[in-house]
Amino acid sequence: MKAIKLVSIAALFAASVSSAQAQDSSDPIIIPIHNWSSQIVMSHVIGDILQSLGDHVEYVTTDSQAVYESIRLGDVTFEPEVWEGAFGASFRAAMEKGGIEDVATHAAITREDWWYPMWTKDACPGLPDWKALNDCAALFATPETGTKGRFLGGPVDWLKHDAEKVDALGLNFQVVNAGSAAAIWAELAAAEKDKKPIVVFNWTPNFAEAVWPGEFVNFPEWVDGCDTDPAVGPVPDKTYDCGNPANGYLKIAAWDGMKDKWPAAYATLKKVSFTNHQIAEMAKLVDIDEMEPEDAAQAWLDANESVWQPWTK
Amino acid sequence: MSDTTVPVIRAVPERALPGGAAILLAVALALAVARPVLPELLVRVPDWAIPPYQDWMQALFDFIKDDLGLIHVTRAISAILEWFLDVTANLLYGKNRWPYLGPLPWTAVAAVAAVVGYAVGRWRMALLAGGTFAWIALIGQWDLAMQTLSVIAVAAPTAFMVGLILGILAWKFPRFEAALLPILAVLQTLPFFTYLLPAVIFFKVGPTAGCVATVVYAIPPMVLMTALGLKKVASEVIEAGHMSGSTRWQMLRHVYLPSARTEILVGVNQVIMLSLAMVVLTAFIGMPGLGAKLLSLMNSLKLGRSFEIGVTIVLIAVTLDRISKAWVVKQPVHFERGTPWWERNRLLLIALGAFVGCILIAQFVPLANEIDRKHELSMGSEIDTVIRAVLANETIDAATAWLRGFLTVSVLIPFRDAVLWLPSLSVIFILAAAGYAVGGPRSALLAGGFFAIVALTGWWDRAMITLYTVLSAVVIAAAVGLPLGMLAARRKKWAQPVLLICDTAQTFPSFIYLIPAIMLFGVNDVSVIFAIFIFATVPLMRYTIEGIRAVPEELLEAADMSGATRSQKLWKVQIPFALPTMAIGFNQAIMFAFFMVIIAAFIGTQDLGQELQRTLAGNQLGKNFVLGMCVALMALTFDHIIMRWSATRRKVLGV
Repeated sequence: MKAIKLVSIAALFAASVSSAQAQDSSDPIIIPIHNWSSQIVMSHVIGDILQSLGDHVEYVTTDSQAVYESIRLGDVTFEPEVWEGAFGASFRAAMEKGGIEDVATHAAITREDWWYPMWTKDACPGLPDWKALNDCAALFATPETGTKGRFLGGPVDWLKHDAEKVDALGLNFQVVNAGSAAAIWAELAAAEKDKKPIVVFNWTPNFAEAVWPGEFVNFPEWVDGCDTDPAVGPVPDKTYDCGNPANGYLKIAAWDGMKDKWPAAYATLKKVSFTNHQIAEMAKLVDIDEMEPEDAAQAWLDANESVWQPWTK
Repeated sequence: MSDTTVPVIRAVPERALPGGAAILLAVALALAVARPVLPELLVRVPDWAIPPYQDWMQALFDFIKDDLGLIHVTRAISAILEWFLDVTANLLYGKNRWPYLGPLPWTAVAAVAAVVGYAVGRWRMALLAGGTFAWIALIGQWDLAMQTLSVIAVAAPTAFMVGLILGILAWKFPRFEAALLPILAVLQTLPFFTYLLPAVIFFKVGPTAGCVATVVYAIPPMVLMTALGLKKVASEVIEAGHMSGSTRWQMLRHVYLPSARTEILVGVNQVIMLSLAMVVLTAFIGMPGLGAKLLSLMNSLKLGRSFEIGVTIVLIAVTLDRISKAWVVKQPVHFERGTPWWERNRLLLIALGAFVGCILIAQFVPLANEIDRKHELSMGSEIDTVIRAVLANETIDAATAWLRGFLTVSVLIPFRDAVLWLPSLSVIFILAAAGYAVGGPRSALLAGGFFAIVALTGWWDRAMITLYTVLSAVVIAAAVGLPLGMLAARRKKWAQPVLLICDTAQTFPSFIYLIPAIMLFGVNDVSVIFAIFIFATVPLMRYTIEGIRAVPEELLEAADMSGATRSQKLWKVQIPFALPTMAIGFNQAIMFAFFMVIIAAFIGTQDLGQELQRTLAGNQLGKNFVLGMCVALMALTFDHIIMRWSATRRKVLGV
């Protein structure tokens, strides 16, 4: 395996030297690592591909919202997963300030919202409509939330606006934020044992859809401005009276100095595009198969050479 | 002896509350009782009366950062730090930077560590130091551990130098000391999130910011110990220095500093231990290494593998701790005139020889250079499988579910609602009463004042949730830790292993404790309190044991002679005597709890910690600072009250 890797990298290296016109800087390309698996593996996958071009790559663990400020300053070189729902606002704000560039868009379509595993539907058949969810709120009650239903949200630094949504739509739910993605999976697994109804924050592409089949709750459709203008959306005097975008983008953002400093790496990055399936696969290698992210990236590269080889040409 | 001491103990019955405290407490009670009819104004500080501290602080930070151009200064400093970090990073784990020599083979590092161990503590230390590095390599954590150590190698010396200089200044200029002490007290109680955000903004994300945060966190004890050591230098020594005509610099260099050697080295020991604790936490701002790995394992709830990393950190801590302590005890060796240089530097030469030898061997034997994933001996994933199987057990599951339901519904929610129901003024008066009882009007003003500031920030409700969590956890910890401590203190044979467990549990990286909590209880307050409880029990047990073991033999003999039963001896002699020490343990438990409750934001809380975690996502320095001060002020209030009480009690007991 190792030998194959070496040979393929050597071959690639030879190929890339002939094709790349301008020389990449020998300074390291800094890739951020966040707190969900697909991003970590994808960072390593792209990092390994860039290394095969002869670039130096370094990884840095950063906050997934604060990273856009770091990219603008050039402290971090690019972000491989910009989710529209979660990071669209930070990304747009950084774009307005300048210094950051929208490099490419993945083939994947993303959605992040309230979600339930299929067994929940048995107890609350009106789903996925949000009004039906609200009628069954008592089913989701826990000791902590008393008579209200519990919605288990993501870590607060993902800056979701669930509490605002609960308020705007008059939901009989209380938002409890998990400190990490893993805490959500732990609660889901616990609920699965006795098929307890549960509604959590989830997103696609993600490994979870393979393990726990489920559906997103259908909130009033996302309209631009629903988060800032009370007039937009069904409730006239509230913001966030809507769901998250149902077919959001997944982009790659980069520091705008990248194309001059590492032209070859930049050219490759522009071609990178993953599908929902490929991203879920990456997350699965870590979350289910329990591989180390570096090994998972290597395994994915070995198994999908036909996918990524053309990007390096 | 017995004639004098026994009456002394009798002489400290429970004193009646001093008048002032009783009045303050009565006011607090009256306010609480009258709550339903109280105008809203007295229950909570109304929004319009809350000064916009956050905006002020933000404006101040922005002014310092951009208008005064501090960011250029800090970025220049971070460039220098980065250069040093790059050198250590290259040598230890081969980061692609100048001098392009590394990574050193693990055998070479382990060999040098063993020789250093031998130099300060003979074979035992040699085995400990060499063994630690061998374990790190064999378990497959070499690169991670070296990433962590490469930052400590820069941060600890920097903290030492800065701390030493500040300590000397504090000793020379009493005014400077008076200004510095409160700042150090705040620094020691500030939640670590508050260190992290400014570090990132001013010093660039990654190892540099981690290094800066670590240095700031590790400085206070170094300053305090240096100042303490210099103040204690005997006047005879100083006179001798003056008589031999030393200049001021010579006095400092050859008289004061060598005489204060012991205290300064204790400070060094503290610096190393705090650096190690902090360097793990800086994973939140992009510091690579053991902390980052631990964080990602926590994000996937892999307890077994986290445990292995915990063991590595404990081993590194124990090695650094013992070596630096052995160095404190070891006095400098003086050679006779004319000893050849190779004999003076024998160990240095051996270390050099072993180092070069290992590098040469590593050229030919790959395993001596680096142990790859196929050859490591990690058992982490196997342990994880076992843990999962145990947790899936029906009985355990049912027990934790019952405990969670019971604690939440019958204990925690009523307590939380009660704390939230109390008018702010009532809480402030309760603390003022406690302050008055231990330290008179000054302490009352301080305790009440600190909480009044918290009320004025507008974060009162969240602060009360933090307080409620801390108190619940500490009460449970006391209920478990104190009896265990008393039991362990009975025999020396039991006390020692328990103390060892305490030491280990304390050096374990704090956020490892979050993992079993989530696994057992899920995302809720019980889980948070469980994590704090494990961490806070340690000092309670430890100081109980030490307090009871420190009771003089004569007293115990006297009690035996007067025919006391074992429980009489415990309650009438040992515990009264040990109480001041136990109070210190109680105080530490509260400080630990304030520290842990903020980390518990990673389980999911609704308190100040959650808001602090939220600020990490943006760059709201002002809000971050205000929240941090709320936590620090509450912690300082408890610190003041308990330490004051302990000191008075000690005086009464005459110890």
